[in-house]
Amino acid sequence: MDEEVFSEAGLPLEVSYGPGDLPAAEALPPPGEFPFTRGNFPRGYRGRSWTIRQYSGFGTPEESNERYRYLLAQGGTGLSVALDLPTQCGYDSDHPDVEEEVGRVGVALDTLADAEILFDQIPLDSVSTSFTINGTAAILLAFYVAAGEKQGVPRAKLRGTIQNDILKEYVSRGTWIWPPRPSLRLIADTIEFCAQEVPRFNAISVAGAHFRDAGANAAQEMAFTLMDGITYCDEVISRGRMTIDEFAPQVSFFFYTHGDFFEEIAKYRAGRRRWARIVRERYGAKDDRSCMFRVGCVAGGASLYAPQAHNNIVRIAYEAMASVLGGVQSMFTAAWDEPFALPSEESATLALRTQQVLAYETGVTRVADPLGGSYYVEALTDAMEEKVISIMDDLEKRGGMVDAVEQGYLHRLIADEAYRVQQLLSTGERSIVGVNTFRTEEQAPEVEGYEFDEKGRARQLERLAEVKRTRSAADVSRTLAELSAAAGLDDDNLMPRLIACAKAYCTVGEMVDVLKEQWGEFQQPTVF
Amino acid sequence: MPVRVLVAKPGLDGHDRGAKLVARALRDAGFEVIYLGIRQRPEVIAAVAVQEDVDIVGLSILSGAHVALTRKTADALRAAGGGEVHIVVGGTIPQRDVPRLEEAGAIGVYPTGTPLEQVVESLRGLADPQAASLR
Repeated sequence: MDEEVFSEAGLPLEVSYGPGDLPAAEALPPPGEFPFTRGNFPRGYRGRSWTIRQYSGFGTPEESNERYRYLLAQGGTGLSVALDLPTQCGYDSDHPDVEEEVGRVGVALDTLADAEILFDQIPLDSVSTSFTINGTAAILLAFYVAAGEKQGVPRAKLRGTIQNDILKEYVSRGTWIWPPRPSLRLIADTIEFCAQEVPRFNAISVAGAHFRDAGANAAQEMAFTLMDGITYCDEVISRGRMTIDEFAPQVSFFFYTHGDFFEEIAKYRAGRRRWARIVRERYGAKDDRSCMFRVGCVAGGASLYAPQAHNNIVRIAYEAMASVLGGVQSMFTAAWDEPFALPSEESATLALRTQQVLAYETGVTRVADPLGGSYYVEALTDAMEEKVISIMDDLEKRGGMVDAVEQGYLHRLIADEAYRVQQLLSTGERSIVGVNTFRTEEQAPEVEGYEFDEKGRARQLERLAEVKRTRSAADVSRTLAELSAAAGLDDDNLMPRLIACAKAYCTVGEMVDVLKEQWGEFQQPTVF
Repeated sequence: MPVRVLVAKPGLDGHDRGAKLVARALRDAGFEVIYLGIRQRPEVIAAVAVQEDVDIVGLSILSGAHVALTRKTADALRAAGGGEVHIVVGGTIPQRDVPRLEEAGAIGVYPTGTPLEQVVESLRGLADPQAASLR
């Protein structure tokens, strides 16, 4: 008798699979057909390759602008903007508590003036820009719309994504500002606004990635993310102003791809199928485009390790391939040296080349859903979907995601799984090469990394002071007062107010503080 | 008497997987652990450390701002009358920064990849050097 074997998320696995494990043919229509198990598009990547999108953003808007233009010149097809933590949490660069964080993990944006520099000479009507921004996502969207107008690009032509997914911030990533209920309202405002005025922009990228990096397994990652997606859609639908078909095509998703190759492929296929059914069955979508599960992903993150760090190059390449076999629409590949520091230009370029080799050399893009019909992959897709459904049912029974967040239940589930995996690594039941097996004595490598420029903060503070000196104080107080008044009403969309604030060169911190006065702040449960 | 440890994340970085794993491993190893969570100001960490009479403050920082935040926490601890409390730091820390952190006030530094057991043993040694040497 064989010992029991499980996937990383705990799905039991047979020794081999056969024809009896395949779903009925009608349950598995070709790629491009509902429920999209085999991919969103009939021609797979032949019609359109995935977007190669590398996450970057450094120090000042000037430095980041230079890096973006470099990445575009190297063949990158979209920008992914990393913001610094003060911008993400709603503090201006001159706030006394955030001194050491300004421009540290991304670029600092205090006012529209910074956004104008960030996108200087980057054609916003042809480049698509993704912002990893949540608490202050609506404000960044306001900056982007206003920066586009300054370039003469109408809103209708802007392309990109704001992450704008606050629920997972309360649990795993931590850039929350206001409590869940008013935050959901602001998110619904951005979804409505994009559907009406910025139709090529994705108002939300519901992100499981951070649950995953915090310790959730692949099934939990998918289940939590779909539950979050439902929560946001419920919020918009409950206003009674829009149907699902009017906004669902602008909802996208975002995940980590980690190391269990087939499980990751099954995760994306199962997620596509589940979301398609939710959108049709729960919300009555009539348009199949509303049911499509548009997915971006990252290869890397917590699946990378510090010992024998060059092994990460290999891990990232396998993860990237699993992502593509799973049918993702965009991807960024992490750099091998990220366990130590922000990547150097050399390691960031290698990460980009990893995707280019995959796209242009390996041939995996030639046929849509090349693994479709594989006994194992189809059986694992079914098993993954069942597991995801059972986790979602549990959360529904507990009152849904807002309750699970406020009560610390999600925090508990994730901490437990992270600890379980840590035990598996400690006992050697799960092997990581160079970490708990095939170890070697080594000195931590001297990584080149990214050397933080302390002078950047001074330049940022100078510009902020300059903007504050030259802007119209009357416009600032008027637009902030209008924002505050609108925030107190339930049925006023805040986006036009935020755009007015942006154009008056109000700072991120000023807008956030006005809303804090109305809405208060979140208190995170401390579960470990 | 069990060793008392305060685990906290100063600054704005919210990646708390490592902090929580260390907190739980320490608890399992018999330490008394107070987990303060993310986005804590150094002054708050220091005040709680003194109030709770902890032996060790463990900081977890993945944003790259570790040197400045460690220095601020050490200053705040001294100002709050907790100058004798040990500070240890873990997170995304390049090797070149280990001496800088020690200079800023950290007595132990655990970069990404340090085995949990090693962190636990190191903290045991810090809290009671004699007992550790007898083991």
